[in-house]
Amino acid sequence: MSESSFLNFDFFNNFSRMSGLLWDGTLETLYMVFFASAVSIIFGVPLGVILLVTSKGYFWESPNFYRILGTIVNALRSVPFIILMVAIIPFTKFLVGSSIGTTAAIVPLTVGTIPFLGRLVETSLRTVPTGLIEAATSMGASPWQIVRRVLIPEAMPELIQNFTITVILLIGYSAMAGTIGGGGLGDLAIRYGYMRFRADMMISTVIILIVMVQVVQFIGDLLSRHFDHR
Amino acid sequence: MITLQDIGKTYAPGTKQEVKALKDISLKIEKGEIFGVIGLSGAGKSTLIRMINFLEIPTTGTVEVDGVILNSLAPRELRNMRRKIGMIFQSFNLLSSATVADNIAFPLRLEKKLSESEIKERVQYLLGLVGLEEKANMYPAQLSGGQKQRVGIARALAGDPKVLLCDEATSALDPKTTSSILELLLDLRQKLNLTIVIITHQMEVIKECCDRVAVIDGGVITEMGRTIDVFTNPQKELTRRLVSAVIHQELPELLAHTEIVKEYHEGAKAVIELLFLGPKADAPVIVDVAKECQVSISLLSGNIDHIQKEPFGHMIVEVAGSKEEIKKAIVEFERRVHKVEVLGYDERKQLSEF
Ligand SMILES: Nc1ncnc2c1ncn2[C@@H]1O[C@H](COP(=O)(O)OP(=O)(O)O)[C@@H](O)[C@H]1O
Ligand SMILES: [Mg+2]
Repeated sequence: MSESSFLNFDFFNNFSRMSGLLWDGTLETLYMVFFASAVSIIFGVPLGVILLVTSKGYFWESPNFYRILGTIVNALRSVPFIILMVAIIPFTKFLVGSSIGTTAAIVPLTVGTIPFLGRLVETSLRTVPTGLIEAATSMGASPWQIVRRVLIPEAMPELIQNFTITVILLIGYSAMAGTIGGGGLGDLAIRYGYMRFRADMMISTVIILIVMVQVVQFIGDLLSRHFDHR
Repeated sequence: MITLQDIGKTYAPGTKQEVKALKDISLKIEKGEIFGVIGLSGAGKSTLIRMINFLEIPTTGTVEVDGVILNSLAPRELRNMRRKIGMIFQSFNLLSSATVADNIAFPLRLEKKLSESEIKERVQYLLGLVGLEEKANMYPAQLSGGQKQRVGIARALAGDPKVLLCDEATSALDPKTTSSILELLLDLRQKLNLTIVIITHQMEVIKECCDRVAVIDGGVITEMGRTIDVFTNPQKELTRRLVSAVIHQELPELLAHTEIVKEYHEGAKAVIELLFLGPKADAPVIVDVAKECQVSISLLSGNIDHIQKEPFGHMIVEVAGSKEEIKKAIVEFERRVHKVEVLGYDERKQLSEF
């Protein structure tokens, strides 16, 4: 298909080409968001747990450690994502062998959200009344058992709310990652919608992103309520 | 069963916020005993009870439970030891995310000694023990306060402990529910041969179920003894105040506008406080003494209460007669009741004389 068919307004061709692009873009975005979310949770939850249990009044209280880790987390959080993405290109290359493409994009996406999610997890876990920790301790629970069997289950509704926020953030970030060669819907919006003035492309990507966010929020709310017995 | 030796606890030592929460506390609690600790808010009660399962580590002194000195235990040994010491709390501290059955199974699953089917069986037994068979699959949010505390008790007893610690366990409950929980504790002590430590700021709780009581004030035990003795013969001002909160001992309203003097004078009547105890509490003392001594006795206030199921009467009477007759009446009272105290002499006119 040549550029001229766009200008000829060959509607059917144009539409099928566009929907093909959108479909691929959507899959790429889902791929990025899914894996970035998974990796963020895998690292963000332990980070949040460590932040909590080393803070004042918890069982591994360690003011210096907490202060240092907290400062690192805050520093990472204050770097704008678009700058972070560029800044860690060497790291990305080292990890996945390339700094371009959807898989490569997962690296900055994850690095950008882990500290953010870590703080959210810390805050969620902090909502668990300390009396519950005390009760578990009085029953002979080890620190690990307290985390696994008290803190996480009790904070589950908040944790799911915060996972939801993180996934939605990643949908936005992944669109941004698209602009520097990450692929996905953001890439489409920039290359076609912005550079080639394709308003239909721009609008379609935005609509798809909105729908994604709505679906994620809906599922998140549903799950959160499912776990809430208070 | 439990021995605390020279326990001291200082929070934030060496800082501006330093608090000496406990000072030189020594006490011994016998097997099968229900021991109460009462004190005002901030007196150090929670700190004291948390010493017994080492939730709080003493700054000085040793804690011995069932022959084991807790100070000497490594973390893992301490965790095993804690399984022998159940604890219940004012705010129940149940997992909101777990059903009643799962809450009770919680300590058993921590221990990983029983299989799931054995756990199920044990939970069923514990539910029966606290009378909550029907609630197994409910969540704590669906239960009343009393039911939640029953779950707390079942959970605390899951590992078959020898000691049960109760930190203000009834303070969040209404009086009727409080009584039913205390009844349950008395019942469980019998069935399971438990040693129970209760801390509370409510004298009713001590009155209803404690064999012995310690009064704690400013981190120091100011008074300790059999409940009945502390109630009938409080030594310290604070104890007297705590006791009077449950046993009405102020002067009756009838004497509110009358001057009471220390010495007898012609025409005065003696105001006498009588304490009855045990089986004699309902004996016809007043009439007997009135007949015997030829004095007239009017009753100003009186009630019969129970300390640990033991009847306990308190009365204030006015005795009219000559000095000699009153003296004799006092001797006769002393022969018949637990304690007689002459509060003074008044010249109050009886309402019937008007
Ligand atoms: N973790 C703590 N850190 C500092 N001070 C504490 C702590 N726990 C209790 N205290 C202080 O110790 C004193 C006794 O407290 P507590 O044992 O809780 O009293 P009670 O249970 O009788 O109300 C209070 O002055 C309280 O402020
Ligand atoms: Mg307290």
